Amino acid sequence: MTLKEAKVGDTFIVESIEPFELKGRLMTMGLTKGTKVEVMPSAPFGDPMAIKIRSYKLALRRDDAEKIIVEKVG
Amino acid sequence: MVDLPGTYSVSARSPEEAIVMDFLKNNKMDVVVDVLDSSNLERNLILTLQLLEEGIPLLIDLNMQDEAKKRGLTLNKAKLSEVLGMPVVETVGRRSDGVKTLLSVFTTEVMEKYQPSDMIKAHIENVNSIRNSGKSDEEIEEAIIDARYAVINNIVTEVVTLNRTVVSVSETLDKYLANGILAPFLFLAILYIVFYITFEWVGQPIADFIDELVSGPITEGATAFLEGAGVSEWLKAMIVDGAIAGVGAVLTFVPLIFILFFCLSFLDGTGYMARVAFITDPFMRRVGLTGKGIMPMMMAFGCAVPAIMGARALDSEKDRLTAILVTPFLTCGAKLPIMALFAAMFFPDNAANVVFLMYIIGVVAAIFAAKFLGATIMKDKGSTFLLELPPYRLPDIKTVLLETWDKGKGYLIKAGTIIFVASVFIWFLSNYNMSGMTEEMSESFLATLGGAIAPLFYFHGFSTWEAGAAAISGILAKESVVSTMGVLYGVAGEIDAEAAAEEASMFLNSGMGAAFTSLSAFAFMVFSQLYTPCVTALGTIKKEAGGFKWMIFAAVYTFFLAWVVSLLVYQIGRLLGF
Repeated sequence: MTLKEAKVGDTFIVESIEPFELKGRLMTMGLTKGTKVEVMPSAPFGDPMAIKIRSYKLALRRDDAEKIIVEKVG
Repeated sequence: MVDLPGTYSVSARSPEEAIVMDFLKNNKMDVVVDVLDSSNLERNLILTLQLLEEGIPLLIDLNMQDEAKKRGLTLNKAKLSEVLGMPVVETVGRRSDGVKTLLSVFTTEVMEKYQPSDMIKAHIENVNSIRNSGKSDEEIEEAIIDARYAVINNIVTEVVTLNRTVVSVSETLDKYLANGILAPFLFLAILYIVFYITFEWVGQPIADFIDELVSGPITEGATAFLEGAGVSEWLKAMIVDGAIAGVGAVLTFVPLIFILFFCLSFLDGTGYMARVAFITDPFMRRVGLTGKGIMPMMMAFGCAVPAIMGARALDSEKDRLTAILVTPFLTCGAKLPIMALFAAMFFPDNAANVVFLMYIIGVVAAIFAAKFLGATIMKDKGSTFLLELPPYRLPDIKTVLLETWDKGKGYLIKAGTIIFVASVFIWFLSNYNMSGMTEEMSESFLATLGGAIAPLFYFHGFSTWEAGAAAISGILAKESVVSTMGVLYGVAGEIDAEAAAEEASMFLNSGMGAAFTSLSAFAFMVFSQLYTPCVTALGTIKKEAGGFKWMIFAAVYTFFLAWVVSLLVYQIGRLLGF
């Protein structure tokens, strides 16, 4: 599944990121394969979403989250 | 010792990163002090690895240990030194105050004793083999990032212990400030408080004080001094009526602008501005901008120049250009006196509402322009939004003051340079013609110039040479619109636009009251709100947007939009019988 569909409170592992313009930046920010991602509450209207990775909080748009393939672990 | 901008990595994705990368490439360093945020070690270590890969000797400085402790994290300093092979020290305090002392201990000789650990050596070899693997640049970059984080995972496992899970204050605050349906309303409330502090509570009294100082003791003192020195009448007039009056009028806005920037820098320091970007992104995106553009937009209510420079922080070229091109529509500190004066003169019963309406017109024009630019010249370019939401903290007041100064100093420089020159220039234009100095302003260069563009506003209801002259001087500096009108209509004394209500009657009794109807005054306000940015802003656009053509474009399209909207306002108003 993609991170776009992820529900608040669930935890995922990053499997891969589809090639797109933000891929390099996302990886540099720590979204590498195998990284644990926890979905945090999003902005009032559901977009952008917020995730917790590597002990910090990152906001990203759902359209971009669609490019991030994840596997649910909790 | 050289202090480089804070950055998470060196990959030239942001201006800060580019500066750091450039410096590292072009300079030979004895030692680099790598200041790490202990509460966010994983992200910070990326830069550490990149520096080690370049073979640069590092002194690791674990900063913000208190923050880490609050989050239930313990860091093993000795272990970190062992796994990296580099010396590790701790400092407290937000800025690296102790760095100079550190450097006297960790001299080049001492640093030579440290060698990268075997793990780091293996990592460097690994990175080199990836670089030489002959894959595509993209694949190589991604493989290297993966390799770095693999090492970081190992380091963190060895060095960091999580003692207990802490429900952080930030999460609780975010429930209200960033997540719930209340969040946008809380933002509006905070925005209101910022504006109240800026314009009513702190900024205004200081502005009044400076105004009194300039129009009273300073003008009188200068006049007395110049008369005592026996200078000629024209030189005295040029200095007192031109330079002092012009620069003085600008100085009254300086406190307003500094207070606004102080509030915004403070909010930024608390981490709240990142939340504002987060909650406003859906709205901003709909109009062709990004949530990150909200900070420059808010600065534009003080002065467009730092706002345009602030657009650097936006990620994509489209976002940056759009923000640069639409911020000048907003009501900057220098446009406010125009609005305040005209509103007080022609709409005495609704002055505050009319001024507020002008702010709204500016915002609507900015939104409209952003949509338009997004649908035309920037159609094929994408907008992006990736933003760290840092934990809330009480900002370090020194940092806030430094940032305030950094954003506001441009305005002070403007007062001393361009406004000074513009004031003298306008004074000259309004007092001279081809045959020398003239008593009659209506025969001056300014009258000729104003008269030449006045026909442009034939259908706008204000095709007088005075309005034309004011509009021209407003391109030099918006502050000049009101002062030019004051000079042209012969209103005595210093123009104190903030105390507009009292001054308004003076203006009304002059010829200005008869030159405008309420409707044409309103049309003139709309025009002033939207037309060509001042030369300082245009110069900044040229620098930040990267080219002369963008500056010309910004100057022309704003003028055109202002002309059309103002025309519509006047003609529709007439049809409606105003």
